[in-house]
Amino acid sequence: MDRKDFKIISNWIKKDSTVLDLGCGDSTLLDFLTSTKNITGYGFEKDLEKVKESIKKNISVIQSDFYTGLGEYFESSFFDYAVMTHALQENKNPDKILKEMLRVANEGIVTFPNMGFWKNRVELGFLGRMPISKSLPNKWFDTPNIHLCTFKDFEDLCKDLEIKILEKKVLDNSYSSNFLCKLSPNFFGEIALYRFKKD
Amino acid sequence: MTNKFNKNSVGIVEPKTVEIKQSLKLDCGKTLDNFSLVYETYGKLNEKKNNAILICHALSGDHHAAGYHKEDDKKPGWWDSCIGPGKPFDTNKFFIVSLNNLGGCQGSTGPNTIDKKTKKEYGPDFPIVTVKDWVNSQKLLADFLEIDIWACVIGGSLGGMQALQWSISYPNKIKNSIVVAAAAKLSAQNIAFNEVARQAIITDPDFHDGRYNNFGVIPKRGLSIARMLGHITYLSDDSMRQKFGRDLREGKLHFGYDVDFQVESYLRYQAQAFVERFDANTYLLMTKALDYFDPAEEFEGDLSKAFEKTDSKFLVISFTSDWRFSSTKSREIVKSLVKARKKVSYSEIEANQGHDAFLMPIPQYLDVLKNFMDNIN
Repeated sequence: MDRKDFKIISNWIKKDSTVLDLGCGDSTLLDFLTSTKNITGYGFEKDLEKVKESIKKNISVIQSDFYTGLGEYFESSFFDYAVMTHALQENKNPDKILKEMLRVANEGIVTFPNMGFWKNRVELGFLGRMPISKSLPNKWFDTPNIHLCTFKDFEDLCKDLEIKILEKKVLDNSYSSNFLCKLSPNFFGEIALYRFKKD
Repeated sequence: MTNKFNKNSVGIVEPKTVEIKQSLKLDCGKTLDNFSLVYETYGKLNEKKNNAILICHALSGDHHAAGYHKEDDKKPGWWDSCIGPGKPFDTNKFFIVSLNNLGGCQGSTGPNTIDKKTKKEYGPDFPIVTVKDWVNSQKLLADFLEIDIWACVIGGSLGGMQALQWSISYPNKIKNSIVVAAAAKLSAQNIAFNEVARQAIITDPDFHDGRYNNFGVIPKRGLSIARMLGHITYLSDDSMRQKFGRDLREGKLHFGYDVDFQVESYLRYQAQAFVERFDANTYLLMTKALDYFDPAEEFEGDLSKAFEKTDSKFLVISFTSDWRFSSTKSREIVKSLVKARKKVSYSEIEANQGHDAFLMPIPQYLDVLKNFMDNIN
């Protein structure tokens, strides 16, 4: 496990807690959290190939999309944490998802790529093209990222939704936190992690 | 067990019969003093006796789930696609037990066996058994085989209901349950289909109140119609269109009531084959077991409470085109398991075969089963 973001998430999560991972992929994170924090919980995943991988890892995974699934399966405050890594920007209504996360869980954790990262600004602002990078690898017409935002945008949305940000970490594309990221996160940070709850 | 069959086949298998000399109190209030169960086993029980899995059959299934009875058998057992060396239910690893349920017509005590008390065939007097009764009888079979805990109980459709019931009736005697294309209770529509099937049988003049054997006849017409109706509901509109379309059997319309379309011919063939192998009283009984199944009832209608005590981990699977036991039904099971905070995985497999998909060797489906089974030690 060398994903720095996963380590940060693991540090944020209390031992023996319950976790829902939205868009859990092959459940690498849930598997990691199970071994580091003895968590229990479920992964939500739409893609059958990834569901199969999750089952192989002995993780409880439910094949479902977020929108119908969250309301269908979980009562309010069912989990300690609802986590979503690199999927917020793929949602049709990121605001609704954030609200749902905080309905089913006491705290939410999200990670997403920063549209305000300086290289993205250069590509869009000077070269006049939609940015393509390690954290945003798809071309504009073939991308799941339909709701990209900057860190500032996200924080504004949280304010509107009365969501209190508890912790924030900004990383570069190799998932490490360098000096510049700390100096001006919305300019130098490529990926952000937020932990939040209802205000 | 070397054989001429494929290396992934369990080869030639032989059914065994156990006489259970213990009385079994049934849900209907009656008691069976002793009864026989026919079963097959595949693979070897290990020394610790912790590698046993139980396969539960659906409405028209039986104990012959895998392999062949004779070298020249045309078809293997009904779930041969899943049972065998290297298959999801791997006989190199597991000891697999498959039985014919009580009330069945393939050798286990049922309507067409002789009641030792009266020395006459049970016929319609055979008590109506429930899924819970079956599970209790399966527990007695497990005791006989000296299997204390099942590594997994597996079933599709009515078989899936038995897997669910195991986790409820014997919450500490089952480590895993695989519930495929099942439901925690039937819908009104489902009960309605069963009722039409029963009426077809019961109103057949050859039914004779269930004592047809005394008259040397069988209610062929009724049983045929019941099977045809069932069969239609097990397929999807899509799969029927693909399989038959509006193809004509002889290339022209006859302007009569005999077979014109291929689909008619297919249904008649299926019905004929079924009538030859299945008993009408058993059919009636099995459909009632389906209708009556509702494990939540004892728990104030809250299915999650029914699962509270179970140690079992679950895998629930449904198929996109299954409208007889739709994905919604499977998701209700998953929802209750989640509410009870049980370990459960759920997968909805893309398949156009309708309810019958659970018997088909669909690669994605077999992968899901295999990946789940790989974690069972």
